[in-house]
Amino acid sequence: MAVTAVALAWLRNLFAVVMLSGIFTLTAAVVYVVMDAVDVAFTEAAVGAGIATVLMLGSLVLTTAEEKVQPRRAFGPLAMVVLTGAVLVYGTLDMPFYGDPSAPAHGHVAPRYIRDSGREVGPPNIVTSVLASYRGYDTLGEVFVIFTAAAGVIVLMGRGRRYRGRERRDAERS
Amino acid sequence: MSHIAVLRVVSKLLIPVILLFALYVQFHGDFGPGGGFQAGVIFGSGFILYALIFGTAVARRVVPAAITRIALAAGVLLYGGVGVAGIVLGGQYLDYSVLADDALAGQHLGIALIEFGVGLTVAAAMITIFYVFAGQDRGPEDAEQ
Repeated sequence: MAVTAVALAWLRNLFAVVMLSGIFTLTAAVVYVVMDAVDVAFTEAAVGAGIATVLMLGSLVLTTAEEKVQPRRAFGPLAMVVLTGAVLVYGTLDMPFYGDPSAPAHGHVAPRYIRDSGREVGPPNIVTSVLASYRGYDTLGEVFVIFTAAAGVIVLMGRGRRYRGRERRDAERS
Repeated sequence: MSHIAVLRVVSKLLIPVILLFALYVQFHGDFGPGGGFQAGVIFGSGFILYALIFGTAVARRVVPAAITRIALAAGVLLYGGVGVAGIVLGGQYLDYSVLADDALAGQHLGIALIEFGVGLTVAAAMITIFYVFAGQDRGPEDAEQ
């Protein structure tokens, strides 16, 4: 993953960048599978590697496939990124170890979900119970986000009207 | 377009499998990994693959943009409607237990319905966004035609 990330930052050819980001996402999905988060890995692979790559390629066709070369070395942003990364790594020092049973996340509502979801909700997949039933509001919000995203794209990019107009012009011409 | 003959044949074989797998993920989410969101994305990718190989014009005849826009709203409305149905039947918003006589059966019905709503919206959103992107003037399909 680290090699892919460095290559991503280094490359100028945006087509290669899109392909590499797909590879990066797939690697992340594999990491999620290793950590037993199959649902998350599934989503990551489908959305990140599949849809996002197609949409990025689509926007490449609309714009340009080469990044503009900046003559000046940008040290300010580099320092900013390094600083933010250092702060994030410092933050992880306080986090409990992976799989630590005494971690706060495992002591709050998780035991109740694991104990009672079979009786209260039913499905053997507790992730589904939590997402759809216990956290129904959150999932509703996510659906609204997706709806808003699609609606925003339609409003911003004109519902492909230019395409249809061009088709009509072509039909009239022929 | 003969140079993409292999792509055409392979995708013709694969697309039904992809769509079937999406339905499996949709309705098997209670038992294995997956659910409405993943199913919607896979279903949408199936159509996007079709549109990439056979051109957006053909894909628009299969799934017109108007239908995806209706499905986009219908999924959200279905999700919200299930919540309102819970209120009407005497429970709280998004409380599925009152949807059927048995609380577990109600939960099952409610989850199935809202997952379907999620899947519908996500698939429609993916296809809509793809149509809009591919429908711009400098799209690859335009160049071919």
